[in-house]
Amino acid sequence: MSNPVKETAEIFSVQKVGAYYQFTVVAPGIAAGFAPGHFVAVAVGGENTSMILRRAFALLGATPSGQFAGTIQFVVAEHGAGTRWITQRRAGDTLDIVGPLGTPFPLPSAPSPAVLVGGGYGTAPLLPLAAGLIEAGSAVEFLLGAATSSRLYGELAAKRLAGSVTVTTDDGSAGEKGLVTEALPAAIERIGAEVVYACGPMGMLRAVGDISRAHAIRAQVAVEESMACGIGVCMTCVLPVRGDDGRSRFVRSCVDGPVFDADRVRWADVGTLPPDLLGADAMGLH
Amino acid sequence: MADLTTTLGPLTLPNPVLTASGCAAAGRELHQFFDVARLGAVVTKSIMTRPRSGRATPRMAETPSGMLNSIGLQGPGIDSFLEHDLAWLAEHGARTVVSIAGGHTDEYVELARRLRGHPAVSMIEVNISCPNVESRGQVFACDAIASSRVIGAVRRAADPGQPVFAKLSPDVTDITLIARACADAGADGLSLINTLLGMAIDTDTMRPVLGGVTGGLSGPAIRPVAVRCVWQVRQALPHLPILGMGGIRSGLDALQFILAGASAVSVGTAVFGDPLAPVRVLAELDAELDARGFGSLADAVGFAHRDVAALV
Repeated sequence: MSNPVKETAEIFSVQKVGAYYQFTVVAPGIAAGFAPGHFVAVAVGGENTSMILRRAFALLGATPSGQFAGTIQFVVAEHGAGTRWITQRRAGDTLDIVGPLGTPFPLPSAPSPAVLVGGGYGTAPLLPLAAGLIEAGSAVEFLLGAATSSRLYGELAAKRLAGSVTVTTDDGSAGEKGLVTEALPAAIERIGAEVVYACGPMGMLRAVGDISRAHAIRAQVAVEESMACGIGVCMTCVLPVRGDDGRSRFVRSCVDGPVFDADRVRWADVGTLPPDLLGADAMGLH
Repeated sequence: MADLTTTLGPLTLPNPVLTASGCAAAGRELHQFFDVARLGAVVTKSIMTRPRSGRATPRMAETPSGMLNSIGLQGPGIDSFLEHDLAWLAEHGARTVVSIAGGHTDEYVELARRLRGHPAVSMIEVNISCPNVESRGQVFACDAIASSRVIGAVRRAADPGQPVFAKLSPDVTDITLIARACADAGADGLSLINTLLGMAIDTDTMRPVLGGVTGGLSGPAIRPVAVRCVWQVRQALPHLPILGMGGIRSGLDALQFILAGASAVSVGTAVFGDPLAPVRVLAELDAELDARGFGSLADAVGFAHRDVAALV
């Protein structure tokens, strides 16, 4: 595992893709340590901004070296003032970026058929993962879903990589009408999947976990929790997760995740304090 | 290059920039970005007697020039802290200020006893911004008598070689009254300030944003409050050492605290935005002292108070 670094990164290009903005920035230190599942934390608003926290983005890829110094790519969706500031940056501007952060996707030790499920721009970290899986000899099938067609991401790139891509939208504006997880059981059976990888909203990840368990296979899912620091010191991004010892704890999705074995996450308890959690008994009055 | 050596009571530190409790865990994560032994000291997240889960999420909300948090003192408990965290800090040569917290005076006393004789412990910072279980949850730091009881008990229980600092809350009518009570109870110094109690409402869900409903406000938004507290306590108790904190993001911010009377500063929330903030603030403070012709940090401590009677 490589240490994260902080880089002042020049933007090489910004491309609008549907409702999203795809950034390629020159960040050789971050690119050098990249593995699929890593994310970066980007400062927003400039030097004297009132927005003091970084915004986190899963990496779409990295090119450690080439014609230019190493570059990284990530996808930004506008959620508020901070992300809007980022999407207004253009080639030649610089971004203050910390990365690579988080624990990447675990890879199978031998070639294993895999279904990759992306919700919205959650597809971004699955693309370099697919490339790695395919290179290692695994069959890969993509399921991409979104609320509406402009919120889909990565369909072309996924097709180029894996050939087989199923698209769903909630409103039927692209692909099949419905939830992406409705297509998952058939996809698992079609390729005899031994593992499912997913990134997207919490509800989708939970459903992916349920379906995978029903098929007796593992699901490795990348969560997107709100976080202040991204480096493991602030304790704001925790999820209730069952450990190897059977005890559940609040664990940091920034360093212990963002990728979790879906079966270990207590999805139904997210946003609550389950009484059996380690240390819940000490909360007492406070 | 000014002489950056500073003292917090009996403790001498090579420089005046520390981390702030709850903003640096126990140093390990920041060590990926810089050598934590370069800091004046690492101030740990508050340690309690037992493992503690902390509160439900959401635990964080960004606010103008600040943030609210309601972590609820998630932590591993003193046993795990001594075995893993303190041992790691000692191994890496980091001077360590251990923050302790509890709901009863007895818990604080137990923690102070457990830290006795540990060479890596440079100082104890007593986080008294906790609800007092014996007083219907009233926060210790908001009551002079409860504060002095805890600080007195910790001072008696702690290793005589480890200075005991009380970390005060700004959410009081007159912080100098609490400061004096802590000083009279034997505090070797004061850490000023803890977060301010705040709240945010989500206008979409029309509910409180934080799982804990209210939370602690930190970041540059609270800096003027913190500087005011340092100033007032310095005026009231000019000989009591102060560790200043609250929204320090740059060397100039740190200098304000020094000039107001702090002998050292903690860099807290700024770490979330910039993991290198503590060492950057140290370098910037050094340059700003030079730029003002200070030969030593000690000469700058409380410098803004000179001739102050003429000002008011």
